[in-house]
Amino acid sequence: MFQNIGEMFLLFGKSLKALPLAWRHRRKILEQLFEIGNASLLMACVLSLFIGGVLALQTGPVLVERGLSSFIGGIVGLSMCKELGPVMMSILIAGRIGSAMAAEIGSMQVYQEIDALRTMNINPVHYLVLPRLVAICVALPLLVVFSILVGWSGGALVSVLNQEIGISFQSYFGNLREVVEVRDVFDGLFKSFGFALIVGVVGCHQGLNTIGGPRGIGRSVTKSVVNSIVLILIMDYVITRLLMVFDY
Amino acid sequence: MGSNQETPGVRVTVSGLRKSYDGHPVLKGLDFDVAPGEIFVVMGPSGSGKSVLLKHIIGLELPDEGEIFVNGDPVIGTQITDKYRMAMVFQSGGLLNSLTVGENVGLYLSEHQLESAEAIERIVAEKLKLVGLANLQHHVPSELSGGMKKRVALARALAVEPQLILYDEPTAELDPLNAITIGEEIYNLNQRIHVTSIVVTHDRDLAFGVADRVAIMVEGEILVVGTPEEIRSTSNTAVREFITADFNLNKTSKTP
Repeated sequence: MFQNIGEMFLLFGKSLKALPLAWRHRRKILEQLFEIGNASLLMACVLSLFIGGVLALQTGPVLVERGLSSFIGGIVGLSMCKELGPVMMSILIAGRIGSAMAAEIGSMQVYQEIDALRTMNINPVHYLVLPRLVAICVALPLLVVFSILVGWSGGALVSVLNQEIGISFQSYFGNLREVVEVRDVFDGLFKSFGFALIVGVVGCHQGLNTIGGPRGIGRSVTKSVVNSIVLILIMDYVITRLLMVFDY
Repeated sequence: MGSNQETPGVRVTVSGLRKSYDGHPVLKGLDFDVAPGEIFVVMGPSGSGKSVLLKHIIGLELPDEGEIFVNGDPVIGTQITDKYRMAMVFQSGGLLNSLTVGENVGLYLSEHQLESAEAIERIVAEKLKLVGLANLQHHVPSELSGGMKKRVALARALAVEPQLILYDEPTAELDPLNAITIGEEIYNLNQRIHVTSIVVTHDRDLAFGVADRVAIMVEGEILVVGTPEEIRSTSNTAVREFITADFNLNKTSKTP
């Protein structure tokens, strides 16, 4: 396990060092961005809508019962931007994109495509890892912004349409604006950036370390998803704690 | 493609090369020397360590012991592909499936920004024509047969304008006609640009057909090195067994 973590840090370091080459690989970065957006946008929309809705549904009746119905907007707003948006989107991306990265790079490793790159003096980190890492670090925070907005809307719809809650849009969004600050959204984006690095580095690392045939590729995909989710949840706590220490 | 002067072959020297995987020795102290422009074939049964040897020569693997030199420069511990233009034709072709045939062939030139897009397009067309696959630029590797993939891999190797080409089982999984075509291309290429070629194969026809010298490798050891004629007339039992192996069946006719 420690060897894997060390290798992942090393891969991250190499990618960071190669960052000035990102402009040269802009076409591949754009392709990856399209891949991530295209593969995830609809799913992100559905997921976020229902997360926002469930949040309102769970908290709404309890708050109404205590005469605190005007706080629903704030609760959904804060939960979505500080926690659920970044974490759920990152888990979704780990499942859809991290696994695809592990599978694609893993199959290239198994079928000697990466060896072929090396013989042509093409660094696989520059050619394969850097574009993916840059793309996911741009795409995931954007998806999280989208997720937050859709999640807020889902919460608003349930708060207005559910008879047990039944508050107005003005009341919901008024409280949301009162409670949620821009820095809360930035906290969520900061988290999502960290999670994007985790998903990208874990997916690419697993791919590059694939051994064996199709079974090896399957193993890499599974490990990439599981390891990403575990690391996301651990890092979620660490980043939250750090943000609390430094900001509040 | 450059002339003889532009792409002179390199000398390859392998000395005391040893490699083990999980305690199992795969290369047991190999020593040989390949002259510039020579076609040197390493022939031996499957699993004798031939492909591992090639990976060491191009720097994809590190040996436990021993040295490899290209024109006197050590391969180990250096990025030898920075100094010499080398190419390897992999057993599977090693084509990037996400790219078109043309992009695969021009990959070295485009990634190292050695030529303009128009020039790359021209060079790609030229190399593909050279291997008999003109107008296939826009196809993807999955649309090609095994033989075509190997020829595209050869075209990709040519685009590097290599000083050394390594061929890993170039005729494996090919029908006899395609195998002959590939063998002829290896030979013609060597005649045209005098590139040093190291071919590993278990195909006896290919080895004796194209080689200047043949090394017989069995279980990680080179048993004998010589010209095809010398190998054919060797008295070494293990070598004779390998080069003369044939079916020994007592077949009875089943036709009515």
